[in-house]
Amino acid sequence: MSWHKTPITLLAKALEAKQVSSTELTQYFLDRIAAGKVFNAYLDVNPELSLAQAAHADALRAAGKAGKLTGIPIAHKDVFVTRGWKSTAASKMLENYQSPFDATVVANLGMPNEANSHGAGMVCLGKTNMDEFAMGSSNENSAYGPVLNPWNTDYVAGGSSGGSAAAVAAGLAPIATGTDTGGSIRQPAAFCGLTGIKPSYGRVSRYGMIAYASSLDQAGPMGKSAEDCALLLSAMSSHDPRDSTSLADSGEDYSRYLNQPWREGNSNSAKPLEGLRIGMPKEFFAEGLSAEVAQSVQAAAKLLEGLGAQIIEVSLPKTKLSIPVYYVLAPAEASSNLSRFDGVRYGYRANAYRDLNDMYKKSRTEGFGSEVKRRILIGTYVLSHGYYDAYYLQAQKIRRIIAADFQTAFQHCDVILGPVAPDVAWRLGDKSKDPLQMYLEDIYTLSANLAGLPAMSAPCGFNSKSLPIGMQLIGNYFSEGKLLQVAHQYQQASDWHLRQAGEVA
Amino acid sequence: MQWEVVIGLETHTQLQTQSKIFSGASTRFGAGPNTQACPVDLALPGVLPVLNRAAVEHAIRFGLSIGAKIAPVSIFARKNYFYPDLPKGYQISQYEIPVVLGGSLEILVGEEVKVIELTRAHLEEDAGKSVHEEGFIGPHGEASSGIDLNRAGTPLLEIVTEPVMRSAAEAVAYAKTLHSLVVWLGVCDGNMQEGSFRCDANVSVRPMGQKEFGTRCEIKNLNSFRFLEEAIQYEIRRQIELIEDGGTVVQETRLYDPDRGETRSMRSKEDANDYRYFPDPDLLPVVIDDAWIAAVRETMPALPAQLRQQWQSEFGLSLYDAQLLTQDRDTAKLFEALLAMVGKPLAKAAANLIAGEFASSLNRAGMSASASPLQAAQLAPLLQRVADGTISNKIAKDIFAIMWDEALSGNAMSTVDQIIEAKGLKQISDSGALETIIDSVLAANQKSVEEFRSGKEKAFNALVGQIMKASQGKANPGQVNELLRKKLS
Repeated sequence: MSWHKTPITLLAKALEAKQVSSTELTQYFLDRIAAGKVFNAYLDVNPELSLAQAAHADALRAAGKAGKLTGIPIAHKDVFVTRGWKSTAASKMLENYQSPFDATVVANLGMPNEANSHGAGMVCLGKTNMDEFAMGSSNENSAYGPVLNPWNTDYVAGGSSGGSAAAVAAGLAPIATGTDTGGSIRQPAAFCGLTGIKPSYGRVSRYGMIAYASSLDQAGPMGKSAEDCALLLSAMSSHDPRDSTSLADSGEDYSRYLNQPWREGNSNSAKPLEGLRIGMPKEFFAEGLSAEVAQSVQAAAKLLEGLGAQIIEVSLPKTKLSIPVYYVLAPAEASSNLSRFDGVRYGYRANAYRDLNDMYKKSRTEGFGSEVKRRILIGTYVLSHGYYDAYYLQAQKIRRIIAADFQTAFQHCDVILGPVAPDVAWRLGDKSKDPLQMYLEDIYTLSANLAGLPAMSAPCGFNSKSLPIGMQLIGNYFSEGKLLQVAHQYQQASDWHLRQAGEVA
Repeated sequence: MQWEVVIGLETHTQLQTQSKIFSGASTRFGAGPNTQACPVDLALPGVLPVLNRAAVEHAIRFGLSIGAKIAPVSIFARKNYFYPDLPKGYQISQYEIPVVLGGSLEILVGEEVKVIELTRAHLEEDAGKSVHEEGFIGPHGEASSGIDLNRAGTPLLEIVTEPVMRSAAEAVAYAKTLHSLVVWLGVCDGNMQEGSFRCDANVSVRPMGQKEFGTRCEIKNLNSFRFLEEAIQYEIRRQIELIEDGGTVVQETRLYDPDRGETRSMRSKEDANDYRYFPDPDLLPVVIDDAWIAAVRETMPALPAQLRQQWQSEFGLSLYDAQLLTQDRDTAKLFEALLAMVGKPLAKAAANLIAGEFASSLNRAGMSASASPLQAAQLAPLLQRVADGTISNKIAKDIFAIMWDEALSGNAMSTVDQIIEAKGLKQISDSGALETIIDSVLAANQKSVEEFRSGKEKAFNALVGQIMKASQGKANPGQVNELLRKKLS
């Protein structure tokens, strides 16, 4: 049985029907992980721990205590701290770091126990590679080497959740968690032919997520379909008293709209999206977008139109400014968030140093990679006395304008459709020398983070080199269920998401 | 030249809460190193702060007590700097918008009442502690210092005055008044040895009459009233001498060395960190609505100033006595409890007892009122027996001393009546018995009798004294007076 091609909705059914045990399923994926090392998707795998969890899940099922997700394996981005597996954020700074606690996301999805009675019972397969501290768009900034794209190993997998994307695309995990600060779920999902969603800010607890930019970071699922993502998101999200920015009413069933028509009472099954107004921002289709991506997204729009949706043009005039705004605010927060990595209490400490300042300097110089250092420098600069008003405050003002522009657009449409990235995955090393060039790749994804809106990526085609193309759907606050509904309806009428990367191993 | 001194104080008061300001770890003092530091206090990867409501309520309580404005929305910011005992590499503190704005505190300098305006009071977290001892080894075998993070995250309220104090004495009077207020409110335990209440003093001097302030120096971390006074006095002398010798004061941070009685430069303004303050994205703005303020107000005790005023006007107490009775909440509570037992007509007597024998006994024992071995229920009969004429004031003092010693030594405690009975201290009001004593005293003091008869009023008092002595203090003084007059007329 090709369990790696099976969506988790069907894995759940197979487990329930006792066609397969969690232990068998876990071993199956552990074997695939061992055979698929070439992708460098995982940073830490611990078969013993995974199999112990699988046995626990099987016991729960035998005792009639299994939930929907119990026993299904999952891979966690290494930005989430975990007991048992190392938590490094792909940095030398945290090489061998062991967390004494699980991130709330990990606990929500993991084995239930006294301290965590509502754990969904999923089995952790290991920790996935990423750009160091989630800073990057290609997963080339990992201290442990880049992730290769399962569709073509000469190409990047995208970032920063590149390991999670490659793991699912290569069939090394049925589904994975990711985090998205400026596109880090959506872009690698697009590059690897997956579906991924970044929920509204506050839906998913950030406790135990190693912080990059606190006001932008948000976790979400990366899987094979909107349906899989809806199922996982329902279990991931919760109100968390340990995260002050966590929403009070986060626990909801994001699958509930999937098979419903957009307009209640619409019985025309050929046009399930009738009444849906899809806005296409003209700024998302301007100069810089590759023709092949534009074509695929336009074709997707056509398909959605065929399902009854109405396509209209909208405007998000400050789209271009989202890049400078993001690259002021995110580094500002990062420069402060990463101050705790000082070599004093845990993590990397330089071997030889003269005094305290020298210890700080050497530990941080040697422990951080160059992109992380670049962002710490930018962030420190924009927060400095005399520059704060000109950069940080100004960026905050524009951030509010960007959020307001979305509200204007949502007066005319229900959902926004556009590309995820200007182009498909690029060749490894192609953009590494020019960080600015890399920053420009984030142009379509940043604004949803700046506004705190839910946004998702779903496969909508391939380019001439057979690399996946993703489309992006952006919704208004707390409309995850409706976004997933649109994507699901699209996936019912298309098969892009069912295509599999060729077997390498 | 005449110099005017300008002082402003910043006081860090540790708030009395069960847990830390942003984590669930205990704030108890004195536990083993790092046993009260949870992952949040250690700033492990992935942790987030959650604001402790109780800390905010203490801030509201303090703000209300000084008539300040409680900000409807206040913001926590990050103050970024590297230091080994600062685990996150930033301190969470309120910067642009603090929770308490303005307000004022009345202080008594000598006999004079002065109003000290406050600028603000803001919430923040404390840092940990570096331990510089032998024996700490780093990960590469290198000699290191130790870090104890038990104190990291302890809630602080930093209370800042306007530069309105004009002498060290005023600064100390303010600090003492503030100290007793925050302890009174239950906001702070006031323990200065443990660092629960520490002051930074901003000191400058200017020629009398000049409008502009002189350059100020900040003296950090003064954790006793004596050090505060000494440090300010030293700093004033230093600055005046410096200027008079043709020098200029440099803005800097200084430390007071109590052993040498001088302040020393710690860092100059040029070396000051750029703290790169910005709003902490992990914390929401603190929103305080009227309902919350009202609910906190409900939990507040009557304030010392209110009680002083009330007791002065209602019972005719002196400012001094009223001040003494309201120096801390336990003393005030004792007075109120005593009052409830003996009734308002004996208010003055109750005040005298507490401000007199009681206060001096506590003083001698080096105790605070909260540790007093005697309670209102034991003291009330003492006042009542004086009032009903059973004993004299003099005897009452003796009985108090007996009770105090018994209570202090932990012996089985006698009641006032038992002591009166056992020691035969009942006042002699029987005129027959008194006359017998008077007669024998008069017989033995013919000289005084003659002096009185020749017009020396003083001799009368001497005779009364002799009679009281002969009665072992038990004679009813009023009756003695009356009977003696009669006999001598």
